[in-house]
Amino acid sequence: MTAMIELRDAEKTFTMHLQGGVELPVVRGVSFQVGAGECVVLSGPSGAGKSSILKMIYGNYRCDAGHIGIHHHGVKVDLATAEPRQVLKLRRDTIGYVSQFLRAVPRVAAIDVVAEPLIANGAARPFAREQAAWLLRCLNIPQRLWTLPPSTFSGGEQQRVNIARGFISELPILLLDEPTASLDAVNRAVVVDLIDEKKRAGVAMLAIVHDDEIRAAIADRVVDVTTFAASA
Amino acid sequence: MIQHESADASDPLLVADTLCKNYGRIAACRDISFSLYRGEVLAIVGESGSGKTTLLQLLSAQLAPSAGRVSYRMRDGIMRDLASLGEAERRFLFRTDWGYVHQDPAMGLRMAVSAGANVGERLMAVGWNNYRDIRNTACSWLERVEIDVDRIDDAPRTYSGGMRQRLQLARNLVTEPRLVFMDEPTGGLDVSVQARLLDLLRNLVNQLQLAAIVVTHDLAVARLLSHRIMVMKGGRVIESGLTDQVLDDPREPYTQLLVSSILPV
Repeated sequence: MTAMIELRDAEKTFTMHLQGGVELPVVRGVSFQVGAGECVVLSGPSGAGKSSILKMIYGNYRCDAGHIGIHHHGVKVDLATAEPRQVLKLRRDTIGYVSQFLRAVPRVAAIDVVAEPLIANGAARPFAREQAAWLLRCLNIPQRLWTLPPSTFSGGEQQRVNIARGFISELPILLLDEPTASLDAVNRAVVVDLIDEKKRAGVAMLAIVHDDEIRAAIADRVVDVTTFAASA
Repeated sequence: MIQHESADASDPLLVADTLCKNYGRIAACRDISFSLYRGEVLAIVGESGSGKTTLLQLLSAQLAPSAGRVSYRMRDGIMRDLASLGEAERRFLFRTDWGYVHQDPAMGLRMAVSAGANVGERLMAVGWNNYRDIRNTACSWLERVEIDVDRIDDAPRTYSGGMRQRLQLARNLVTEPRLVFMDEPTGGLDVSVQARLLDLLRNLVNQLQLAAIVVTHDLAVARLLSHRIMVMKGGRVIESGLTDQVLDDPREPYTQLLVSSILPV
């Protein structure tokens, strides 16, 4: 099995200059791998650094030390030291991120919000919209909402639009940050199915989920983040 | 239409090399170096007086640097030092390959002539002379920036602020420039008008694979439009990187202050 994500001794500390330069060590010595077609779940209590690890792998947070190897077009790229341009290329072709919250763009219809990543990667607009419609239907977003900008939707609806946007692309790596957090049982089950489908397609996934049932349903392996605790 | 030289995307379009600008004893820009690539949007943020606008003027050859230089890859693929260009060459760049969007649309438009002429003028400057072609192209650009084509014969002084700004965009983009400079493009507009302009800008930048350098003090604008960000303070670039990285994980005290100063809605 190819390691799609490979962390070695990754480390993150925040320095809060507005609080007199207080140092907040988050994680240290983070080392694990995620292979193609498997879903690894990060576990640990709130504040243990699960989200920080995910954000370092996506490049929203800087990695202070260590390596974050990403298998990108058959070559391993160290995201911890990559140039902004390279990080953007990785995000376009290799790594997707599904967060809890949709960063809504004014005036863009829900169906186009979902279709955008496919179009950005060169898919024809009608095809991308067809795929988007399929995902919105799976996730039980009523069709009358598709042409409206999601900024007016309920929290759960926005989250489902965001999930559809995250799952539409055919990227080999997906990072899932509590994708089921505010969903009802029916939609949680849909997300579990979507994750299964991605596994069969050989996608490497790294997830944060708090729900035990979901974790049991999707996790091939669990990595305990408390073993990377940086403080004392 | 003008054919773009298919320069390798890995070659920078514009390179700033240790740029400095002094006004007497005051250093408005100090030691600024970076490269900009095709299709890349760079935001320059910082408070008033940080040197953002001076930097934009240096990069667009409107000001001569006190030291350092700016190089630009011309359409023939050759890198040229802007200081070495003759006046005619510089003007040609400005008319064709560059756009400049002013905060105040009255600075970038001719307020007393029709909207159609404002757009058409840039085309005539590059040798278009068929009236029908010019008018058709102007019409299609008005549509692209969401201005009712019925208003083509009206002068922009009869337009609202948001319309003027969209017309300024059309005037700049009609010659298919590869690089657009923008100085606070959404400044002075109502929030709802801003949102529409930002959305439009974002789509046009994607469709046209434009490179852009956007000066703004609004971090939300930077987040929505830019790939990369440079934070300026006292004439220096104190922090730079991927936009969401700098905004989500600011490292410098000043950047942390800027990010934490955003009022939540």
